[in-house]
Amino acid sequence: MTASTRPTTSSEPSGPAPAPPSRRTPASPARTARRSRLARLDMRVTPYVFVSPFFLLFFLVGLFPILYTAWVSLHDWDLIRGQGDFVGLANFEFVLGSDNFYKALRNTFSIFLLSSVPQVIAAILIAYVLDANLRAKTFWRMGVLVPFIVAPVAVSLIFTKIFADQSGLVNNVLMGVGLPAIEWHSDALAAHFAIATMVNFRWTGYNALIFLAAMQAIPREIYEAAIIDGTGRMRRFLHVTVPMLRPTIIFVVITSTIGGLQIFDEPRMFDTGGQGGASRQWMTMTMYLYELGWGPQISFGRASAVAWLLFLIIIAIGILNFLITKRIAHSGGPAKGTR
Amino acid sequence: MKFTRRTALAASAATAATAAIAGCSSSSGGGDGGSGGGDIELTVATFNEFGYEDLFAKYEAENPGVTITHKKAATADDARANLMTGLAAGSGLADVEGVEVGWWAELLQYADVFEDLTDPELEGRWLDWKVEAATVDGKLVGYGTDIGPEAIAYRADLFEKAGLPTDRTEVAELLTGDWETYFEAGRQFTEATGIPWFDGAGGTFNGMVQQLTHPYETADGTPVPLAENADVKAIYDLLVEYKDISGGMTQWEEDWTASFQSDGFATMLCPPWMMGPLSGNADGVEGWDIADVFPGGGGNWGGSYLAVPSQGKNVEEAKKLAAWLTAPAQQAAAFAAVGAFPSQLEALESEEVTSSVNPFFNDAPVGEIFSERATAIEVQPFMGPNFFVINTVVADAITRWDGDGVDPAESWEQALTAYDELGLA
Repeated sequence: MTASTRPTTSSEPSGPAPAPPSRRTPASPARTARRSRLARLDMRVTPYVFVSPFFLLFFLVGLFPILYTAWVSLHDWDLIRGQGDFVGLANFEFVLGSDNFYKALRNTFSIFLLSSVPQVIAAILIAYVLDANLRAKTFWRMGVLVPFIVAPVAVSLIFTKIFADQSGLVNNVLMGVGLPAIEWHSDALAAHFAIATMVNFRWTGYNALIFLAAMQAIPREIYEAAIIDGTGRMRRFLHVTVPMLRPTIIFVVITSTIGGLQIFDEPRMFDTGGQGGASRQWMTMTMYLYELGWGPQISFGRASAVAWLLFLIIIAIGILNFLITKRIAHSGGPAKGTR
Repeated sequence: MKFTRRTALAASAATAATAAIAGCSSSSGGGDGGSGGGDIELTVATFNEFGYEDLFAKYEAENPGVTITHKKAATADDARANLMTGLAAGSGLADVEGVEVGWWAELLQYADVFEDLTDPELEGRWLDWKVEAATVDGKLVGYGTDIGPEAIAYRADLFEKAGLPTDRTEVAELLTGDWETYFEAGRQFTEATGIPWFDGAGGTFNGMVQQLTHPYETADGTPVPLAENADVKAIYDLLVEYKDISGGMTQWEEDWTASFQSDGFATMLCPPWMMGPLSGNADGVEGWDIADVFPGGGGNWGGSYLAVPSQGKNVEEAKKLAAWLTAPAQQAAAFAAVGAFPSQLEALESEEVTSSVNPFFNDAPVGEIFSERATAIEVQPFMGPNFFVINTVVADAITRWDGDGVDPAESWEQALTAYDELGLA
């Protein structure tokens, strides 16, 4: 740096007297300007350079595939042969004209609601209990995370034994107490419930830990103030704990929405055929995508069309989430006011 | 510098030489051919149990310089997904790939990605229908390994309760004839015991449809509209007529597996490879036996091939290995090891096969029975690229009334709608 700037310094007419060679040359005004410009640039650019690896990777493995999928969806695209004729929106027409698409949409949302809603409620309650003064705290906290470590396929194997139509545990118990057996693999809603149970089994503990962390960040003085005000346990939970958890609840809802709309492992493993039942009672969007792309039709074009439709649906739900979040943030006065 | 340039030159000369050799020795070309005399690494991809573990060691011993790596997938589905992905990517496949017979339906349209394995010396090695199923326009794309000739497995103890004959030759006589004979015997059985005759309509349908020469498509691959497919509708209607004697279970499902322990049904269609799962599921249950009979003649269910993808580096060596593995002696050894029933005429008559008995099935001479069943097979159904799409539509329709309680006529209507939605015509 200094070496390259030296000629400029010597040519400056109004420059200060040359310093003894042993000492560093003091900066000229022009050099200072340049330096500060560089420093400013450094300040401005460096953060972007540091975050750029993520974005470069994202462009490579995120954005590019998304755009390429759009390109594929406009073609007659075979799994093995690759690119075929340009067909315009014919693949989208096929998908949107197919009953199975709407079945998949229905099933996905049904399973999503049956899993996410109870999951968030149960996770908050579990976190609340874990937040209390328990013996062997770490043991209980790790305990709720154990189901999360189990691979989804293993979870499915266990639950197919529980939810088998004739030989399953649940139906044996039901029939044992004189109730009619539930047709888990025939009735769509029953199947959704069974699949949602697997999802809940796996994710509730994980979400509970997130809520627990958020709960422990709530200042204890607020509780003390509430206790002095004479509120009961129940009111403290509903009017202090839950409002203070709002940002965390929003985070969990958004992540479970994205996960829930892409659900695949559990419904695919729900029977051995893996197609979502004879009437597609539990075929989700991703299973439909898989069936079109890798099933007997081996049509990547159609599968890509489904992928894009799913992408648009997730974006739509994401925007909806964002709008609701904004409204909650605006109306979330009390939580902020207490600070 | 000099050193690397020299080696590079030598290497390119060697490549040219081997390319020339490969060009001379085979007209099919494709890959680089065998690399002259050096170490050759071959990979073989299989699934489930092919019974090749000991044979690989033997081949390596007989062919110095050849190293075989075995890639074994847990399930056929995993192997199929891997094969499809590898073919799509144009690389990453094993030198020799195991292919299940059903996959040809989709793969034969891409026959050019596999090596032509036609070899006059090997003519007459296999059962005719086995070879035909892997031949497209005179090009043989796979060497047959095992087959699945179907017989009837039955519960002798339950037969006795119903007053039916229990001895396997008498049972064979009782059930000889068409499917109606089989179902009528079943009705008699179910009326006497209240136990379903067969496991489920889906599995039985599978056996019946495999006896049609052109189940869903004409010889040139044009799909027959389901509404006009009289053969398939006839099978569908026959199964509906005998709905009451079906166990209503889908094969491999939890309930199906459990029903072996609870007298869930009395008979099932049984290819040789089914003996393993059956005896496993019915562990501790006594009375299972196998009769040398199959309704409507013979029928095949499953069996595999070895194919050589053209993307491999050592296609010539891979062909040699595939031919060796599927030779009668090796397949007889595989049968002895894991029960993969050979598709080679000579192996079917070999001592290892014919003398084999299965203690679980009341010491039935299964080798003899299945050899007999293999020769009874006359047709291998034509499976075009649309076979599985249409078959799934019909199989779903059957599951709807067999398992889910939907009205059969309504279910057929739904199948017709589903067929139209495929947009095949």
